[in-house]
Amino acid sequence: MTGSGDGLLQVENLGKRFGGFVALENISLSVAAGERLGLIGPNGSGKSTLVNCICGTLRNEFGNVRFGGQKLDGLDAHERTHLGLARSFQLPRPFVSLSLADNIRIPLLYTVAMRPDRRHTPHEVEERCVALLDEVGLGDKARRLPRDLTQVEMRKLELARAMASEPKLLIADEAMAGLTHSEIEDILALLVRLNEQGVTVILIEHIMSAVMSFSRRLVVLVSGRKIADGAPNDVMRDPEVERAYLGQ
Amino acid sequence: MRTPTFLLVCLAIGAAVFAASLALGNDYIFFAGYVVMQYVVLSTAWNILGGYCGYVNFGSAAFFALGAYSTVAIYKLITENDFYRMPMPVLMLIGGAVSGVVGLGMGYLTLRLRGAFFAIATLALAVVLQTLVVNWDFVGGSRGAYIIRPEQIEPIGNYIRYLFLIMMLLAVAAVTIARMIEHSRLGYGFATIRDDELAAEASGVPTLRLKLIATTISGALMGMAGAPFPYYIGYLQPASTFGLDYAVNSIAMPLIGGTTSWVGPLIGAVLLGSLQQIATVTISSAVNLLIVGCLLVIFVIIAPNGIVGLIHTYLQHKPEDFVGRHHVDADAPGRVP
Amino acid sequence: MIFSFDLLINAVVSGILIGGFYAAVTSGVSLSFGILDIVNIAHPAFIILGSYVAYAVNSSLGVDPILTAIVMTPAFYVLGAAIYQVYYASFEKRGQESLRGLAFFFGLLFITEVSLVLYFGVDYRYVDARYIGPSLHFAMLDIPSRILVPCLVSLLLMAVLQLFLTRTFVGRAIMAVAQDQLALRLMAVDPIRIKRIAFGISIATASLAGAFLIIIQPVEPSVGREYIGRIFAICVLGGMGSLPGTVIAAMLLGIVESITSTFYGPSWAPAVSFGFLLLTLAVRPAGLLGR
Repeated sequence: MTGSGDGLLQVENLGKRFGGFVALENISLSVAAGERLGLIGPNGSGKSTLVNCICGTLRNEFGNVRFGGQKLDGLDAHERTHLGLARSFQLPRPFVSLSLADNIRIPLLYTVAMRPDRRHTPHEVEERCVALLDEVGLGDKARRLPRDLTQVEMRKLELARAMASEPKLLIADEAMAGLTHSEIEDILALLVRLNEQGVTVILIEHIMSAVMSFSRRLVVLVSGRKIADGAPNDVMRDPEVERAYLGQ
Repeated sequence: MRTPTFLLVCLAIGAAVFAASLALGNDYIFFAGYVVMQYVVLSTAWNILGGYCGYVNFGSAAFFALGAYSTVAIYKLITENDFYRMPMPVLMLIGGAVSGVVGLGMGYLTLRLRGAFFAIATLALAVVLQTLVVNWDFVGGSRGAYIIRPEQIEPIGNYIRYLFLIMMLLAVAAVTIARMIEHSRLGYGFATIRDDELAAEASGVPTLRLKLIATTISGALMGMAGAPFPYYIGYLQPASTFGLDYAVNSIAMPLIGGTTSWVGPLIGAVLLGSLQQIATVTISSAVNLLIVGCLLVIFVIIAPNGIVGLIHTYLQHKPEDFVGRHHVDADAPGRVP
Repeated sequence: MIFSFDLLINAVVSGILIGGFYAAVTSGVSLSFGILDIVNIAHPAFIILGSYVAYAVNSSLGVDPILTAIVMTPAFYVLGAAIYQVYYASFEKRGQESLRGLAFFFGLLFITEVSLVLYFGVDYRYVDARYIGPSLHFAMLDIPSRILVPCLVSLLLMAVLQLFLTRTFVGRAIMAVAQDQLALRLMAVDPIRIKRIAFGISIATASLAGAFLIIIQPVEPSVGREYIGRIFAICVLGGMGSLPGTVIAAMLLGIVESITSTFYGPSWAPAVSFGFLLLTLAVRPAGLLGR
């Protein structure tokens, strides 16, 4: 399951350079609908760059990305979101002058509410905002501003905002860094719930216990190249992966 | 308050102001009032791009001047020789259309640039436009252009009162449009562009399209404010029409009044505009700009949220009371670039 | 348009010399905008301030303007440091520099310009010095020394600045502060202090640039506005903080302006620099020798 096929997300020979620095080289990846994929790798291996290229925040020079069979080249980030691709940012980027409810309202107004088949009176939109906030445990802070939140709560807001556009594929970029054990459990439970509702999830994490328990498949990135792709247990026993994590 | 109600309230206030000015009997009120109303439009227009979206436009004068020069061009083309005077509202629409199109074009060229570069680019564009006009002899070039202002117009009578009325109606329209934007999905979109454009894109907001809408509306309103200007002033000269004075005022008024809602530019324009009119008459017009410059610097340092922000702090609203949309706190973590 | 080789050569040489001067004018912004990322749109106003200081001393005491400027450099440095302190406390610390920082400098531009108008009036001012007036003649070249001297001193200034930035500890710290503030802190260097020094130097160059300006042409307060476009065009084209790049870009702009002015007339000159700027921003924001 490494390069071909009709996955929901198809990455083919993707390459990205920053001047002379090769951030990503020849990445090929296929993610099937409904999958739980874990993406791991040392710091600086290019995980976030890959996410940025997939989501359109950065433009890749080589290769292409397909989503639901459609080529994403040339599409702006917001167009990819409309197609059903969502991501949370590694460092939370809330809209600082808007309340939490309004932070959630934005993707709702600009994606879901724009679909012709969806009814969206302001009241319904408001309900949906609060419901989403409730799901991540922030319902009672709906009217507060992001600056009043703790780091943990900001990560939850980040996830809730990504979920608001009702994506087909959600990329969670290190959503659990710095969380306590029970908080990690919360987030994991949330992602599992999402997946059970049909959302494909790519989890990027350093916390190995979380990645191992969540992922049905694991992809390893080292120095911009994919060095492993398969069942979690097999991947972790791969000598190259061991070398990458334990060093020479 | 729903928009139609708001509009009616504004028109009622406007009618009252007009009636009061008539009662005072001194035509100078209309001359001064015209300028104040003009600044209400300019600062409201600037704020749509600057305050709502966070993109600083240094070239306000260019849009204003384009509106004025469209009027001059039409005047030279039609009115001077054939004595057919195009009605002011039509001139305003034409001026607005010209400036709106230029705003769209400018946006298309410059909106991919980040913050500071965008601001500098707007300044550059303004100078380029000014140079083009200065070298265009049909509208008078650097020598300037004379417009004959008619004495009377039915049924208002004195033409200057007519100009004041028109400008006030435009001001009402501008403020109403700004308020409508704020309460709409467009307004939310603008706020996300201001706060974090990258996150906005990821959330499905078509940022480029929204920014182009903002520059077009902003430019069009400024052009409409400029269209009657040649008739007001009688003699139009590129150097002063394109002057940085318009730029500094259209930036200072919203910043002093408060950038996060339609109230700010209105307060800023009325206060600062009136202050400048008084200063021009009592001291000198050079002192005008000194006042504006000083107030701008002081407010931007001490009261980043402007007068509106000060009022809110004074009334000590708790964050929860706020529906949360328009409260930018100076101590908040900075916007992520 | 009468094309003649003589005119062309003179235009090009004149452009190169003016370009040298433009480089000095831009050097301050190369520091503040190119390296520190501070959009000091008021820089031209400080240059004009420098011009007036040189004028005032020259007309009352007869002192050479460049000498005056050198003596006044510390005062301008202090002014720059003070401005940076206010800028940092009010905007940089709070992350507000994009809108309000810009407006702050815009306000300073006006305050400076209008204060000069109120104090000195709007008449053109000029200075007297030995080298203003005579011209050098080489074959078909006609070089007024009032342009040559500032150009040479400007290039000297650029060389000194470049040496400072690359060879001294503080200079290299300034280059570093743009790239990695945390690393600087780990080396027990306060980045804020470094930035303050850099901004102080930036305004200090304005003192000298102002003297050069008033030697080359008569000055009145609003002359600064013409230079906003030139300065930022050169800064961006020159690669944002690269001093050698600034010199090359400045000379390029000088030549284009000079040729346009000679063959098409001076009323098109402002469009040249600002048009240059737009072109650069549109095509290559990283400039010619960009980083």
